[in-house]
Amino acid sequence: MRNVYLVTAFVVVLAVSILGFRGTPFTKPPIDVFPEWAFPGMKRQPKPYPQGASRFFADGRADRPLPPGVVSRDPLRNDYALYEGKAADGSWLRGFPSALTVDAKLMARGKERFTIYCAPCHGAVGDGNGITKQYGMGATPTYHDPRLRDMAEGEIFNTITHGKNNMLSYADKLLPEDRWAVILYVRALQRAQTGTVSDVPADHRKELGL
Amino acid sequence: MSKLFPKSANKLPLQIIVYLVVLAGVVTAGATYYMTPKYTRVGYAPVQPVPYSHALHAGQLGIDCRYCHSNVEKSGVANLPTSQTCMNCHNQVKKDSPLLAVVRHSYETGEAVPWVKVHQTPDYVYFNHAIHVNRGVSCVECHGKINEMEVVTHAQPLSMGFCLDCHRNPAPRVREPGDVFNLDSATIAQKSGLEAAHKFLKDRNIKPPQSCSGCHR
Ligand code: HEC
Ligand code: HEC
Ligand code: HEC
Ligand code: HEC
Ligand code: HEC
Ligand code: HEC
Repeated sequence: MRNVYLVTAFVVVLAVSILGFRGTPFTKPPIDVFPEWAFPGMKRQPKPYPQGASRFFADGRADRPLPPGVVSRDPLRNDYALYEGKAADGSWLRGFPSALTVDAKLMARGKERFTIYCAPCHGAVGDGNGITKQYGMGATPTYHDPRLRDMAEGEIFNTITHGKNNMLSYADKLLPEDRWAVILYVRALQRAQTGTVSDVPADHRKELGL
Repeated sequence: MSKLFPKSANKLPLQIIVYLVVLAGVVTAGATYYMTPKYTRVGYAPVQPVPYSHALHAGQLGIDCRYCHSNVEKSGVANLPTSQTCMNCHNQVKKDSPLLAVVRHSYETGEAVPWVKVHQTPDYVYFNHAIHVNRGVSCVECHGKINEMEVVTHAQPLSMGFCLDCHRNPAPRVREPGDVFNLDSATIAQKSGLEAAHKFLKDRNIKPPQSCSGCHR
């Protein structure tokens, strides 16, 4: 009987040394207790998954690109100010589209979106000294030069939508409304750089020691 | 008739029963330890086609999760980034690095980068990122400290028990909306006590589903 216990103990030690402990990193696909080949269709249905692979289409992906000439079923985007950044005469829009209300809410949204999508390169205050500058992205401009300060809002909208030279498009990450919110915040950053004492309300000047 | 069994054989049935009980205990312990997702999944870190590091990009560079996983607060599915997202920077930083050859090829030809999926729930479970993220559940609760991982590793079992643990008692694990994407942030309970966390849940009427049809729909 002692031998039986010894053999059992040996098997346990052997199993633990082969199987290891919980949480050890491994690279092979996880073992499944009820594997898919034994119970087909239980966990995985033959259907296209988001960003998944497909053996049906030649390019191997389940997400289909739009065929050329496809017409959107969404409401017609004929508000050129909102969606293209252009005024009625085709020039870049100055100011903001009339479809949007410019208020503190839009500004807060713009600040949040700017911090996520623009600050890594353009920096938190828009001076072009984001974290990527230290790693060799020297071309990122500051917003605080006269050319960008005088640039029409519509042209900045176009830069975000279609990119410009080394800066690629952000249209897939920002909805048109969010792009305008970001522009509003960029304008605020630019304004902040040229602030003077007269911009500070009289009753707050003392707090700043002015 | 000669004696077939020695006297000690009298104890044998009892000894066998005792042994079987011990063996059953060992097998049960082994099965609970080795046959649950806590063992089979946690630690899964597949080799990716590009040695992309979250520790560098999300940790050291401090890029927000939403810069790449840009649909995570809008949609049920957290998307992987397009190769254009990588090229935003890598058309200037390390633009000739051999490690990024796959990404450049994908950007030029439109072929997908063959990333290997790490986390996956079965089809009979409904999971939605947006509802969790917008209700104060941070990525770190289900994915671990991604911002410190060189290679994405499956950190939590994502089993039914794991989901239900939180759905039954979310209070200790919710965060302020502003902290959800900061994986190093403290929960409301750590910051200002469980009282405040319960108040947060009550004010927003956060009631995670516990009925079967909530997740198996
Ligand atoms: C990956 C880094 C990066 C990010 C992120 C980024 N930019 Fe840029 N941006 C650049 C670079 C580089 C240029 C210079 C382009 C050039 O002229 O070569 C630039 C130029 C610009 C310009 C000036 C264009 C002109 O006409 O000269 C504007 C305006 C601008 N960016 C706005 C934004 C906004 C708004 C965002 C956030 C949605 C943003 N950028 C995000 C890198 C970036
Ligand atoms: C610069 C882009 C980028 C940023 C920023 C980023 N990720 Fe990722 N993430 C990726 C890529 C590319 C993959 C796929 C490759 C991989 O799994 O390593 C990925 C994979 C993942 C996965 C695993 C997906 C799966 O297959 O199951 C998780 C979870 C994840 N990221 C979470 C996060 C979190 C949380 C953050 C914020 C702290 C973050 N990511 C920031 C690009 C990014
Ligand atoms: C905001 C800018 C930015 C984005 C977006 C970005 N990276 Fe990077 N990446 C960097 C920086 C900065 C480095 C570090 C370069 C260094 O160490 O000098 C780097 C380094 C790397 C390296 C190591 C390269 C080498 O040769 O050492 C890889 C691989 C990489 N990134 C993959 C990716 C992938 C894949 C994506 C898209 C999901 C991505 N990166 C998106 C900025 C970025
Ligand atoms: C409540 C738990 C939970 C939270 C919180 C959570 N995730 Fe996930 N995540 C999951 C599960 C479960 C999956 C597997 C989903 C599936 O079956 O495709 C997943 C998958 C992913 C994937 C891979 C998606 C794919 O299709 O390849 C990415 C990327 C990801 N999560 C990123 C994030 C980010 C970024 C955050 C924080 C903003 C986050 N997750 C928060 C549970 C969570
Ligand atoms: C850390 C806490 C936490 C974890 C872990 C968690 N959940 Fe949730 N879950 C929540 C909260 C909070 C809500 C929001 C409830 C509300 O809005 O009232 C929620 C809501 C849901 C909903 C309802 C969505 C809807 O549209 O009604 C589903 C389904 C769900 N979770 C599934 C899951 C699954 C599956 C897992 C495991 C992979 C999981 N959850 C893990 C906290 C969590
Ligand atoms: C919070 C979401 C959630 C709720 C509520 C829930 N489940 Fe599940 N269930 C899951 C997840 C996630 C899995 C997948 C587990 C895995 O892959 O390891 C699962 C798996 C299962 C399985 C397959 C066996 C297994 O563990 O893999 C069964 C059977 C099941 N659930 C039954 C139920 C029943 C019955 C109820 C109601 C009492 C219920 N579930 C409620 C999330 C949920």
